[in-house]
Amino acid sequence: MASKPRIKAGKAKAAGDVIEVKTLITHVMETGFRKGKDGKPIPRNIINTFTATFGGKEVFKVDLSSGVSANPYIAFYFKVPGPGDLEMTWVDDAGEKIVEKVPIAVG
Amino acid sequence: MDQRLKLEVVDRREFVVGGAAAAMLVALLGRTGTATAQDKQPTFDEAMKAIVGDKKADESQVDIKLPEIAENGNTVPYSVTVESPMSDDSYVKTVHVLSSGNPSPTIATFHFTPMSGKAEISSRMRLAKTQDIYAVAELSDGSIHVGKRTVKVTIGGCGG
Repeated sequence: MASKPRIKAGKAKAAGDVIEVKTLITHVMETGFRKGKDGKPIPRNIINTFTATFGGKEVFKVDLSSGVSANPYIAFYFKVPGPGDLEMTWVDDAGEKIVEKVPIAVG
Repeated sequence: MDQRLKLEVVDRREFVVGGAAAAMLVALLGRTGTATAQDKQPTFDEAMKAIVGDKKADESQVDIKLPEIAENGNTVPYSVTVESPMSDDSYVKTVHVLSSGNPSPTIATFHFTPMSGKAEISSRMRLAKTQDIYAVAELSDGSIHVGKRTVKVTIGGCGG
């Protein structure tokens, strides 16, 4: 259901700079409160967790609920300790997992 | 009507272990037949209490940016900023975004680390109706800070 996420990370001029990372991913974020044409509730399927790690260490994490809009947009900040990969993971209720790495350069 | 409803419920619950089925039936009928397969959601007060507990919440440091009037409740942009040095000794651990009028009170929970650099997030929320939005920040020293904003919603965005 989810497609390749779009990620935009700011540029760090030096180690220790704080950059903004903007992420957007396609997902229906079905709330579980809606009913289908047959009157039966449509089961919930949302992205429930978003994690950002750098060098294996957790930088930022979000627990999402049905109150997050479809195609979740999450923007957060990151203090760049040095060059490396920022790894971001989205997991939905169906167990689908999307992992995306963004190289972060310094200078 | 009562009889029909009962039969339907039993049909749908055929696979449920025998003992629990009877109790569930009573619960479902008690809820005027509109029950969905959803687990029971906590109320806003319960959700708030689970976070704040007996602590005293400070009403400073947390700033919520939210439109005063949201025309489309399906996607309402917002951002939350918490004043903090975000150092190893003093940082914002968690920010809970809660809604007083959605079917599920928790919108999202953001977990920060000193590597976050800045306790600020932007995202988009669904709003079912006009209501208050709360951002509850838990700091590394154990203190709790709350911010609140009221938002008017023209068209609700929770479907159903």
